[in-house]
Amino acid sequence: MTTTLTRTRPDRDLRKTERASARAFRQKASPVSTGILIIGAIYCLFPVFWVLMASSKDSSELFSTFTLMPSTHLWDNIVQLSQYRDGLFWRWVLNTAIYAGVGALASTWISAISGYVLAKFEFPGKKVVFSILLMGVLVPGVILAIPQYFLLAEVGLTNTMWSVLLPQIISPYGIYLARIYAAASVPTEVIEASRTEGAGELYIFNRIALPMMGPGLVTIFLFQFVAVWNNFMLPYIMLGDDQLFPVTVGLSGLLNQGASAPSMYTLVITGALLSIIPLIILFLVLQRYWKVDLAAGAVKA
Amino acid sequence: MTVTEAPVATRSSTPSVRRGRGTFRSRVLVPYAMLAPGIILFVAFMAAPIFYTLFLSFQKTKVSGLGLGSGARSTVFAGIDNYVTTLTNTEFGASVGRVLVYGFILIPLMLGLALLFALLLDSRRTRAAGFSRTAIFLPYAVPAVISSLLWGFLYLPAVSPFYFVFDKLGWDVPSLLSSGGVTFAIANIALWGGVGFNMIVMYTSLKSVPSDIYEAAKLDGASEIQIALRIKIPIIAPAIVMTALFSMVATLQVFAEPTTLRPLTNSLSTSWSPLMLVYRDAFTRDDIYSAAATSIVIALVTFAFSFLFLRVVQKRAFGQED
Repeated sequence: MTTTLTRTRPDRDLRKTERASARAFRQKASPVSTGILIIGAIYCLFPVFWVLMASSKDSSELFSTFTLMPSTHLWDNIVQLSQYRDGLFWRWVLNTAIYAGVGALASTWISAISGYVLAKFEFPGKKVVFSILLMGVLVPGVILAIPQYFLLAEVGLTNTMWSVLLPQIISPYGIYLARIYAAASVPTEVIEASRTEGAGELYIFNRIALPMMGPGLVTIFLFQFVAVWNNFMLPYIMLGDDQLFPVTVGLSGLLNQGASAPSMYTLVITGALLSIIPLIILFLVLQRYWKVDLAAGAVKA
Repeated sequence: MTVTEAPVATRSSTPSVRRGRGTFRSRVLVPYAMLAPGIILFVAFMAAPIFYTLFLSFQKTKVSGLGLGSGARSTVFAGIDNYVTTLTNTEFGASVGRVLVYGFILIPLMLGLALLFALLLDSRRTRAAGFSRTAIFLPYAVPAVISSLLWGFLYLPAVSPFYFVFDKLGWDVPSLLSSGGVTFAIANIALWGGVGFNMIVMYTSLKSVPSDIYEAAKLDGASEIQIALRIKIPIIAPAIVMTALFSMVATLQVFAEPTTLRPLTNSLSTSWSPLMLVYRDAFTRDDIYSAAATSIVIALVTFAFSFLFLRVVQKRAFGQED
């Protein structure tokens, strides 16, 4: 647990000692185990490499030249995609950033405050609240999407940004993780001391507890960001207006049109490339936060 | 509810915040006010949809006369009719069967590879581990729609480099997008997207084991493979169980991959997976009542897994705390 929480600085020292001990025990390299992992890496990188090559071709080359051979039309394709229906693609990118970014931020804050209260307060009904929330962990958002549609249709919220944003803010798993982070990283004495000095509860949470939970909250944010960005069914059901689509629903629609107009394929491929690049960069930058223990174990030594 | 819970709270040996003279306000109102946003969203977007669907699943449309005019259609109580329809629907049975086959292909392969990769990453004799770990985890950043799109093109014989090679070798390989191969095609997409995540979960779990255990085993003459089989795998067994549960639940709800692949192949029906069937019933056929019943059936199966999850997790994570 502590390893997950104190990730920022001590981690660096830890890694240093790890490396030192690794050097001391350094053993003969095993070509078999290195090789198997490299094969796995190639399998995982291959489609990304392919899309990079394919997006540099124009639509006639796509089906006529060898598929891993790069061409020179990448920029033309980007321009063409940007011109498609007055920049609809970039509108989708912006929408995705709103759904995933704003949604994940809101979700992280709500998970944090709920987890903090469940970890640090004693109140009647606490166990019941926590158990019910925990039951929600494995009720997948996807199964809720159709019921949510019926319900939001009743109040006339379907086909609005809210219909995609709001249902994804609640994250029982995020609350569950936040409870563990809060229990481990916010000392009760600090809360009590602030109370004695007359600080309000919200002030204590936002200014004192929240920063202490920092690294753990980044993990929750990433989890939620990926969950929203990955959730195809909810926007697919909720939205009819293509100005509101996220990239995923938009590209899937373009692919559908491709069946009758193969020139669309180039747009779809270029769009796929452009939309995964920022995600991959985000991932590489924040990689150290991905130390995932699904049960975020108290079992850790 | 409060009455039954109160003794638990007072008995608890580690009260997180001790309050000498807690008023009602500070003891009850403050925590509930802070929980309010979470509770409200939970009720509005998780509990309410479930109950509303439950309500819908017991109703049906009754058509009187020729079904024309505004008063001709009315909603009546249906009892368990919709459930009977769902459970006897051969299309539903077939979609569940397809998803089971898909799961049987995907889950052992994905978790087996994830475990193998995690153990290899943990081995001191592996080189370039940082590169491989990052590369294998990378597809997790790619959403299912886009990975289906990429693989969909890689499956198309006209575009695929694999078929180019097969062609040069003179092999006649049937298309993965044919009716026999499409389950493998979808399983491969899910494998590609999921193996890295599961690998990281297992690897994180391995990293938390103090290494002196291995040193001791090594002094006793155990080989790397023996250490992996006898010590490492049993220690991270809980993590493997968790990944298996998560994967099973994800399998039941596969939707994005087959929906995205549909334009590229004729072998995916609109009822290929249970959720696709629900979608079709609700939106193409406008039969929200039987769609609701089918949703409930899927949710109940998922819930069965949830309870299993709950038991595993509570024993692990909260055994010591409460």
